[in-house]
Amino acid sequence: MREKKPSLWLRLVSLLIYAYIYIPIIILIVFSFNTQKLNVRWEGFTLHWYEVLFNDANIGLATRNTLLIAITSTIAATIIGTMAALALQRYRFPGYTLIESALYIPVIIPEVVMGISLLAFFAFIQFSLGLLTITLSHISFNIPFVVLVVRARLHGFDKSIEEAAKDLGANEIITFWRVTLPTILPGVLSGALLAFTLSLDDYVITYFTAGPGSTTLPLRVFSMVRFTVTPEVNALSTIWIFTVFIMMLINQLLTRSNT
Amino acid sequence: MSEFAVELRDVVKIFPTPEGGEITAVNHINMQIKHGEFFSMLGPSGCGKTTTLRMIAGFEWPTSGEVRIDGHVIGRTPPYLRPVNTVFQSYALFQHMTVFQNVAFGLEMERIRKDEIKRRVGEVLEMVKLGGMEHRKPQQLSGGQQQRVALARALVKRPKVLLLDEPLGALDLKLRKEMQLELKTLQEQVGITFIYVTHDQEEALIMSDRIAVMNRGKALQIGTPVEIYERPTSQFVADFIGETNFLYGTVRFVEADKASVYVPVLDSEVIGLATAGLTVGQKAVISIRPEKIRISDKPILTKNCFSARVTLIAYIGSDTRVSVDINGQRINIWEQNKISSLDTNIYYRENQEVWITLFPENTLVLPEE
Ligand SMILES: Nc1ncnc2c1ncn2[C@@H]1O[C@H](COP(=O)(O)OP(=O)(O)O)[C@@H](O)[C@H]1O
Ligand SMILES: [Mg+2]
Repeated sequence: MREKKPSLWLRLVSLLIYAYIYIPIIILIVFSFNTQKLNVRWEGFTLHWYEVLFNDANIGLATRNTLLIAITSTIAATIIGTMAALALQRYRFPGYTLIESALYIPVIIPEVVMGISLLAFFAFIQFSLGLLTITLSHISFNIPFVVLVVRARLHGFDKSIEEAAKDLGANEIITFWRVTLPTILPGVLSGALLAFTLSLDDYVITYFTAGPGSTTLPLRVFSMVRFTVTPEVNALSTIWIFTVFIMMLINQLLTRSNT
Repeated sequence: MSEFAVELRDVVKIFPTPEGGEITAVNHINMQIKHGEFFSMLGPSGCGKTTTLRMIAGFEWPTSGEVRIDGHVIGRTPPYLRPVNTVFQSYALFQHMTVFQNVAFGLEMERIRKDEIKRRVGEVLEMVKLGGMEHRKPQQLSGGQQQRVALARALVKRPKVLLLDEPLGALDLKLRKEMQLELKTLQEQVGITFIYVTHDQEEALIMSDRIAVMNRGKALQIGTPVEIYERPTSQFVADFIGETNFLYGTVRFVEADKASVYVPVLDSEVIGLATAGLTVGQKAVISIRPEKIRISDKPILTKNCFSARVTLIAYIGSDTRVSVDINGQRINIWEQNKISSLDTNIYYRENQEVWITLFPENTLVLPEE
């Protein structure tokens, strides 16, 4: 069947929608190269703000913290989430539906509520706030997302391939590493990437669970723009946008290579 | 070496249902499968074939009873320690591996040397006619080729017994017929015991040394294809294998291997071969295959011969299919077209009055189910 071309009208509307989404971002990127300090008028091209950014010790620390939290919480959430997804796929037990729905509640409830509850919890067990509490919180809100993504991937997983592996002489452990994991790997990586992205730009939950000296990039940016948006923040945001964009591309490629 | 490759003794498998009930998938099955035999389990879908096979493979454990492989009680030995391999209904190929890696997997698990693996994989791929396909991924193969990879992957392990669960079920008819003969030849060539599951009776008849006909978790009859077709011992088997005509009645007398049944619709007695255990007065059913009934213009026997009216004629080339009516009872008859003629007068015509003969040696008396 021949594909129908969209009408002129439809194309125009689409263009407007894209413009609506992307113009603010483009302006932000453009002004990150602007010699003027105020985001009002274009004066000339400079890389000065990037230089300022790279020499800012606070930003450096915040970046280090953010990456540390994101990487650690992604690894932990991916392992736990994948195991949970496999268990939900494989076993039926009393209370299955309850446990299944309970897993997704953190996705639905407002982040503020989650942040407050975590703060209250850490206070209750008298755990001092810092990098560790942020990481633990990120792990907890990332698990449901990993489970969601991996389960979607497991849907239609042919469990006879695991039986085939055992039939051919593999025990449970070899079967998992050589057959199950490689088969679901694209889903696991997608889940991990999602967790990483969510952790990277989380503000609300991090705000509630951060302590002194554990500032992350989103927290830092918010404190920088409290009065006005500076070109330095524009530069930081630009780098950020590109990082996320590249990760999305990788995710796209991963998903495509497996359909 | 023990007498049997696989032996099932009084095996029962009960599954819990999600609603909290129970389902008996396999109900007291006894089977003795000889070394080198091509043994088929044949039955309608849901009769317990796959479950039986999975108990031999080790994916399920019997609720009660005993599975023996080469004389040893196998108990709860896990699948990877049993000298049997399975060709799965869905093929279950490892999609992330090449054909070579798929086939080599089982040998790697045995820690066989690399060069030896290479040699044996090459050998078995030649055998299933997949030489040169080593580096393809399963998605790049046709259904028939994937089926061969699944076969090669199991055969390369040189199992004592190969279990095949409807391996040709997903192929189209023409390919299926080719593969049937190929599988049979292959089995004779490698000499491995095959336990083959199918719901296709023609497939079972063509390929098997012996067949177990199953229904509702029971093995109703085990025998050679000829025994199963010519001497079914139950109404279900007579009905499930090939086509047949049934006439219902009551046993009047039993003498040696013959029995006489009064059939109300014919208002007459019909004599046939008696199944073991028939008693006088019992409800019984006469079974006679369409190709074994003789049509004639005049009566040729004093008994088992009835006047009938032709109701339907279908010329299908090799045969003519004739339906006749006796007092509202329809009987199907297949006449082989042994003479090549354009003269339509040699064939029967609709509404013609004829005589049909049910020769006692072609007629079976079975207990009614
Ligand atoms: N794991 C299971 N749990 C519950 N019931 C099952 C299970 N496996 C099979 N059954 C039931 O057992 C019966 C026999 O199934 P199966 O052996 O697959 O039949 P076949 O292979 O002859 O079609 C069916 O009624 C099926 O629903
Ligand atoms: Mg089956």
